[in-house]
Amino acid sequence: MAPLLQVQDLHVAYISRAGKESPALEGVSFEVRTGETLGVLGESGCGKTTLAVALLRLLPGNAEIQKGVVRFEGQDLLQAKPRALERIRGARLALIFQEPSLALHPAIRIGEQVSDVLAAHERNGRGELRRKTLQVLREVFPADAARIAESYPHQLSGGQQQRVLIAMAIACGPSLIVADEPTASLDPTTQKDILEIFRTLREKFNLSVILITHNPALLAGLADRVLVLYAGKVAEIGPTEQVLKFPQHPYTRALMQSVPAGIDESTKGRKSRLPVIPGEAPNLAAQESGCRFESRCPDRMDQCRQREPAAVAVNETHAVSCFKFGG
Amino acid sequence: MDRLLMVERLAKRYERTGVLGAKKEVMALEDVSFSIGRALTLALVGESGSGKSTLALCIACLERPTSGRVVFDGKEITTLDEKQLREVRPQIQLVFQDPARSLNPRFSAIELVSEPLIVQGRLNKREREDRARDLLRKVGIPQEKASQKADEFSGGQRQRLAIARALSLEPKLLILDEALSALDCSVQAQIANLLLELQASLGLTYLFISHDLGMAAHLADEIAVMEQGKVVELGAADNLLRAPGQEATRRLIAATPRLGAADDLPRVV
Repeated sequence: MAPLLQVQDLHVAYISRAGKESPALEGVSFEVRTGETLGVLGESGCGKTTLAVALLRLLPGNAEIQKGVVRFEGQDLLQAKPRALERIRGARLALIFQEPSLALHPAIRIGEQVSDVLAAHERNGRGELRRKTLQVLREVFPADAARIAESYPHQLSGGQQQRVLIAMAIACGPSLIVADEPTASLDPTTQKDILEIFRTLREKFNLSVILITHNPALLAGLADRVLVLYAGKVAEIGPTEQVLKFPQHPYTRALMQSVPAGIDESTKGRKSRLPVIPGEAPNLAAQESGCRFESRCPDRMDQCRQREPAAVAVNETHAVSCFKFGG
Repeated sequence: MDRLLMVERLAKRYERTGVLGAKKEVMALEDVSFSIGRALTLALVGESGSGKSTLALCIACLERPTSGRVVFDGKEITTLDEKQLREVRPQIQLVFQDPARSLNPRFSAIELVSEPLIVQGRLNKREREDRARDLLRKVGIPQEKASQKADEFSGGQRQRLAIARALSLEPKLLILDEALSALDCSVQAQIANLLLELQASLGLTYLFISHDLGMAAHLADEIAVMEQGKVVELGAADNLLRAPGQEATRRLIAATPRLGAADDLPRVV
């Protein structure tokens, strides 16, 4: 069976007014299977959000998709006509943004905002629309969907607003949801509740999810596979357990070691120096040849400066872009 | 006198006027007591709205508590007038969550770090610049970037600038209000290390406010858990995490995403 989403060799660049190109994604390839949750792990500026919006071709005007294929449910979205794209966006493939308070209209009741999504994609009578709206809201607010429907966004907490965005995303029964840092502004208890909702929905509707985050701990126990993005390239991709527990790429390895064990930390480990990745993420516009991580890499070799490593499979499910593994 | 800061039965009540003019009282802090020893770190953790930031403002003398006392360095500071506060405030400095918003983007690194010295009327121009350069070196900002504007720095470097600025008046207490929360994991580790180094070399005392229990557990000697304006549990970091005594603490521990240590697997070749 073909995967639900297949991204091949995606290149996206931002073009300045002076015509200067800054690449944001370079040759990103991956796939998402039906019912699978793929975690995309990356730090500021590595291209996470560019990837999320590029899939739906919602990039800002100064961005350009230069190359690649985004095959979703058998159709290449990068070649799709605007009308075809409209039928897919929000209906088959939905996006959830980072800041829920900015994504909701402040002066429209929640119920109306959810029914707007339904009305954009389906023809329903007024009674039917209202019934469906409540039904969708009940998925994320089992106890008080009717009250939430009557509320304005400012009357809801951050966690409730995020639930509303999830309701809007699942309203038309999509097969894939892309969630960009859906819990970044929430406190840990609320964050846990929201992640729990994703888990429930995935089981109930066999939904596929791309969960984008900078926090590796969020993906443990939630994502089936993890894709590590570094400087616009896939550094490593594989099953969550393998990537987080036994990272192979020097970047993933260093990233995981820099996270304190925290609650599970030994008494001796507390207040001790954390291993850090030296330096800062590279400026992609200034990038010349060679591996993106070379200047910060503890394991660099001569060839790392000369050319870029290709993805090498360390086993059937796990691939790493690093010369240590061949390439 | 080994406790730098003592907070005793602190309460803060806000009055809110309802739609019909009816006054409603909101208890932001209720009967909060704790202390921090010199050169130690107390982490204050709790959910959003539990009163962590209000407490920080009361300690920094930016809000007046409704009742209770704050004793800093052996002196009660809750009853001081504005003039007396000018003496105390430099010793208690704050670092906020988002350095992109808390630093003036048009100021150079040197200007940002020397501004508090100008406000306090300390040192002459030459000395201020020397002090600023010295602080930038301490927080790991390269000399050649000293005249760069704040908005030309990355998020992690901006937070280094915010720390240097907070240190310019040689404070005894640093209040770090979600100071790592907006940063990436790898940058968090760099700044956490910087905080530990500075604490060791300058003998600083930290009040580390965060909803990230994992990082709090790494940096703190003691942890205080807040819920609805009250400190519900307080103890040595190790004990509190191993044997939490309160529901709020257990809930926070359960909600904290955990990774476990990354194992060093023999390399697959």
